[in-house]
Amino acid sequence: MYHYDEYDHALVQDRVKQFRRQVERRMSGELTEEQFRPLRLMNGLYLQLHAYMLRVAIPYGTLDSRQMRKLAYIARRYDKGYGHFTTRQNLQYNWPKLEETPDILSELAEVEMHAIQTSGNCIRNTTSDQYAGAAADEIEDPRIWCEIVRQWSTLHPEFSFLPRKFKIAITGCENDRAAVKVHDIGLIMKRGEAGEIGFEVLVGGGLGRTPFIGKSIRSFLPKEHLLSYLEAILRTYNQIGRRDNKYKARIKVTFHETGAEEFTRLVEEEWALLKDSALKLPKEEMDRIAAHFEPPAFRVLDAAAPESEARKASDKGFASWLRNNIVSHRASGYSIANISLKPLGLPPGDVTSDQMDLIADLADEFSFGEIRVTHTQNLVLPHVESNRLPELYDRLVEGGLGTANIGLLSDSICCPGLDFCTLANARSIPIATQIAERFADQDRLEAVGEMQIKISGCINACGHHHVGHIGILGVDRKGEEHYQIQLGGSATEDAALGKILGRGFKADEVVDVVEKIVDIYLGLREGDERFIDTFRRVGLGPFKEGVYGAS
Amino acid sequence: MTEQVLIASRLSDGLVVFLKRTAGGSLEWVATLKDAEIAESDERAAELLEAGEAAAAEKQVIIDPYLIDVEREGGGPFRPTKFREVIRCLGPTIRVDFGTQTEGREA
Repeated sequence: MYHYDEYDHALVQDRVKQFRRQVERRMSGELTEEQFRPLRLMNGLYLQLHAYMLRVAIPYGTLDSRQMRKLAYIARRYDKGYGHFTTRQNLQYNWPKLEETPDILSELAEVEMHAIQTSGNCIRNTTSDQYAGAAADEIEDPRIWCEIVRQWSTLHPEFSFLPRKFKIAITGCENDRAAVKVHDIGLIMKRGEAGEIGFEVLVGGGLGRTPFIGKSIRSFLPKEHLLSYLEAILRTYNQIGRRDNKYKARIKVTFHETGAEEFTRLVEEEWALLKDSALKLPKEEMDRIAAHFEPPAFRVLDAAAPESEARKASDKGFASWLRNNIVSHRASGYSIANISLKPLGLPPGDVTSDQMDLIADLADEFSFGEIRVTHTQNLVLPHVESNRLPELYDRLVEGGLGTANIGLLSDSICCPGLDFCTLANARSIPIATQIAERFADQDRLEAVGEMQIKISGCINACGHHHVGHIGILGVDRKGEEHYQIQLGGSATEDAALGKILGRGFKADEVVDVVEKIVDIYLGLREGDERFIDTFRRVGLGPFKEGVYGAS
Repeated sequence: MTEQVLIASRLSDGLVVFLKRTAGGSLEWVATLKDAEIAESDERAAELLEAGEAAAAEKQVIIDPYLIDVEREGGGPFRPTKFREVIRCLGPTIRVDFGTQTEGREA
């Protein structure tokens, strides 16, 4: 993985010093809250319902064991012994003290981490495929490009005060595990006609109160032109994006108001000026960054994994974990192991300091020290010898991390909701945990099959409800928590926005409605259709009728 | 009329605090709703808000002061009328080990 050079170190250290001084001035009353607020937000520090919240950037969701141990230590020493992984592959602490935040940032800097650009109207952490560098289906490791984007976008003076925040996602293959079509810019690695590598460029995707699926504005961009093209898009947006209305300020609105054709023309026009500028990436620079992402020294292994096979035959729990949490790896004899952060009864994405320490140890022992964060709020050990999976499973189970539900109904995405967030209208975590409890039986869960439930506590859609197979949106109806349900959304390569089922439901009705929807699906399913396939075949009608009764 | 309480966030750690006036008339920020001053008239609530805003501006020890409505049944303890403020006063409903719902939280 990437390691800081002297410039990265200096930049992050300087920022810690600067923020320490700013906090001192705030505490002494020299700065008012109005003056200080934008400064703390530039360092990822929010004020939430109960306390401050610090959002730590995890560049493209890649961590090493040393960093994970530091996150565990910070949670234990400065917070309440746990952290929360988010849909942006970042980590949030829910209880840091303002006066200790400079110390936290200093601790993070020691392990090449920070909270810069995790808030504000700037280019945020670039997100990616959690299986990067391990996936059998990828063209090239997308993290090379995420890192190049990170270096370009960090403290980019022209793009530090955009009309609104800006999110870029990159996938190294056509199978989209990074939800690239619902980002401001989505980049999909492709091969050109002569086999050369580049990107398809999508613009204008996003969720929130005005959801859009991104549209392709360039089917192939040679990779050496990535930064000049991104700069052309950002510059176009920065110039014509709306600053008069916060709710119309994202590029998705600019793009759709301007029209795809006209917006593309403006970008191409700008690009013509930038294309052969200093932004064109020299081969040496691409190679220099790529060298940081060289694959680890995989052993030459037989694909057969007799230990795993034997255990699978005798242990139903292990077989289930193997079926749901393990993905094939590009290297023979290796597997990608997903660690579910959706155990029964606990908030999705939460992990304790002890669990973080355990995961760091397991990464060292089983996965060349590497860990990934997924946008679905789980973790991944990307390079595990298939024959050692039983050993890994036992250790995970011991630490309460053996839940075998990746991609299943209880593996929901869920925002913090009204339990923590000042913006929320309703709670989301209790809905997620109640649904998971209703479907706690593993056989039933697996019989339902792939099902993505995504829950947001307000219209800002941090819980991605628009792109859930079942999306749940919490609203405030006359002071009471109320929930709207949408069906048929998808965040993958076949991205789609869900359709609203009908009138909303009270909190205590939601689980029954979800169960009803599942039952209707099981009744209509043909063969081994997934829920989303059945929905696409039959449409909203049967679900509407089944839930509300025939009209 | 509905009783009101002034709620804010403490600057140093962001935790929720409430305004109380001591017997001597000076202002104190307390950590639990039961220790807060309950304003029983709109005039008194306005005074609390003014005092809170002045404290936020001058002494810089608290942030974002605002009034919330509270009520009680019989002689029971006061609770906010809005669910959002109930959560804010007590702590996250999914982590009952955090927030003032645990009582005796660390100062």
